[in-house]
Amino acid sequence: MTNKFLVFVEQRDGEIKKSSFEVIKKGSRLAASKNIDIEAVIIGDTINNLENIGAYGISKVTHLQNSELANYSESAYSNLLIRFAQDISADTILLSNTAMGKDLAPPLAVKLNAGIIVDCTSLNFNNDNLVATRPVYAGKALVEVESNLENNVYTLRPNVFTIGDISDAKAEVITKSVDELNLANKVVSVTKAEGKLDVAEADIIVSGGRGMKAAENFGLIEELAGILGAATGASRAVVDAGWRPHSDQVGQTGKTVSPNLYIAVGISGAIQHLAGMQSSKFIVAINKDKDAPIFQLADYGIVGDAFEVLPALINELKKD
Amino acid sequence: MKIVVCVNHVPDTATKVNISSDQKTIDSNGVTYVVNPYDEFAIEEALKTKEAVGGEVIALSLGNDTNKETLRKALAMGADSAILLKSNSSLDSMATAKAIAAEITNQDAKLIFMGKQSVDYDSSIIGQLVASLLDYNIVSTATAFNLDGESITAEREIEGGKESIETSLPAVITAQKGLNEPRYASLKGIMTAKKKVIEEKDIELTESHVIVNTIKKPEEKIAGKIVGEDASAVPELVRLLKEEAKVI
Repeated sequence: MTNKFLVFVEQRDGEIKKSSFEVIKKGSRLAASKNIDIEAVIIGDTINNLENIGAYGISKVTHLQNSELANYSESAYSNLLIRFAQDISADTILLSNTAMGKDLAPPLAVKLNAGIIVDCTSLNFNNDNLVATRPVYAGKALVEVESNLENNVYTLRPNVFTIGDISDAKAEVITKSVDELNLANKVVSVTKAEGKLDVAEADIIVSGGRGMKAAENFGLIEELAGILGAATGASRAVVDAGWRPHSDQVGQTGKTVSPNLYIAVGISGAIQHLAGMQSSKFIVAINKDKDAPIFQLADYGIVGDAFEVLPALINELKKD
Repeated sequence: MKIVVCVNHVPDTATKVNISSDQKTIDSNGVTYVVNPYDEFAIEEALKTKEAVGGEVIALSLGNDTNKETLRKALAMGADSAILLKSNSSLDSMATAKAIAAEITNQDAKLIFMGKQSVDYDSSIIGQLVASLLDYNIVSTATAFNLDGESITAEREIEGGKESIETSLPAVITAQKGLNEPRYASLKGIMTAKKKVIEEKDIELTESHVIVNTIKKPEEKIAGKIVGEDASAVPELVRLLKEEAKVI
């Protein structure tokens, strides 16, 4: 029985993450369907446009503020979040399935004696109990699970829950300065990969495989990604060859992604790669081999040489 | 110092997944099992740490008899001893973490390594749950790790970058690809591992509260169309992406 929802909103550099808006919207829809109270909490120093959370359906957000909290600290953030959830008697807590969300959901579950279900791709009420679906084996199978405990913590996979319409409502922002932080574990610096969108969060991904032939040829992949505002991805083979960083790897030992558009260039489609990208909404495959397994998943395919097709595609898109 | 490395025995990533007739589990017939890929980085980091600061490495696995293969692999790579926590039933993440945490308490180990996720159920939270149950510090998805006395400096992967972290023992570290290059087991290591006894322990299981209703395969995607060949197909592809798919 759910009586009170709490959404943990994630910020980086004082900006609310897009995946958090997805969780706010999903949470507010679930809460509204059962007439259940919902509020949000965010931890950090200065945060921009916090009142905009209202547009996504939550009317009250508490900002736990301290300059030491600008950077993430697992120990400080989890202690504050546990205490806040207890203070407002939240029994159902939603987070994003991000690096931060996956770190904070477990201590919440342990200290609140809660069930924990992560990486949900659907979450709906069946009578009064929430039922979740989550991919396992990198998406080769889907499990439907539910918890029989009173308190529960869920993390939602980014890029799956659509935001849809937003209103012009503003949320009430309550800023509480907090002290006596537990900084036993703290981030001392953050290194951003230069101008890089992360594959797990991108709307469009342009991925290259062995068909790109050499590390230096990924300039074409990057150029196309730049034009489309896309993230770059890679198959395991080219990551293992050292052509691309592991953070780009899509597949069972990399990231499982579900962008609106996935463009696979020179990727034949090993089963462990297909598992990681098959839930993309539209898939384009460009490959020399017309029998490549990737074409079995592709909505649109071009049989051809990447070094002819990519420059043509880049030119065509530059016309806009 | 006692170092525990947790290892799991999982279907090879090249394997096809079939659902059992009960619609609640994976059919293990014909499936090849391997050491969870991320756990190989955990084993390597445990061995490197032992080589740097001394102590012993204990490999720990929860599951049935077949998990012994993975424990032998850890022994062959250089782990000093191995423990199998025997369980034939499938547990939820919390029950799994509680069983592992209880054994770590038994061992009085202050540094724990494991893969950042197991490539079967993909929950990627066991390390964080164990750390929280034991009140240990956590570095999840680590791509760099350094121990100096009790102090830890580490890096972890986040969306679009890396965080540098300072913390201290006791700690749980979950390994991401890139943390190190796992060594191959030497012939001598393999021979020694064969002679070692894997300690088997019955565990007191706590109840699982997250219940599997069903497990199924995702809907098969219907293959779309080949737009054409070579660069001449590009204008039509762009038109389809704009007008039909409406994604650019």
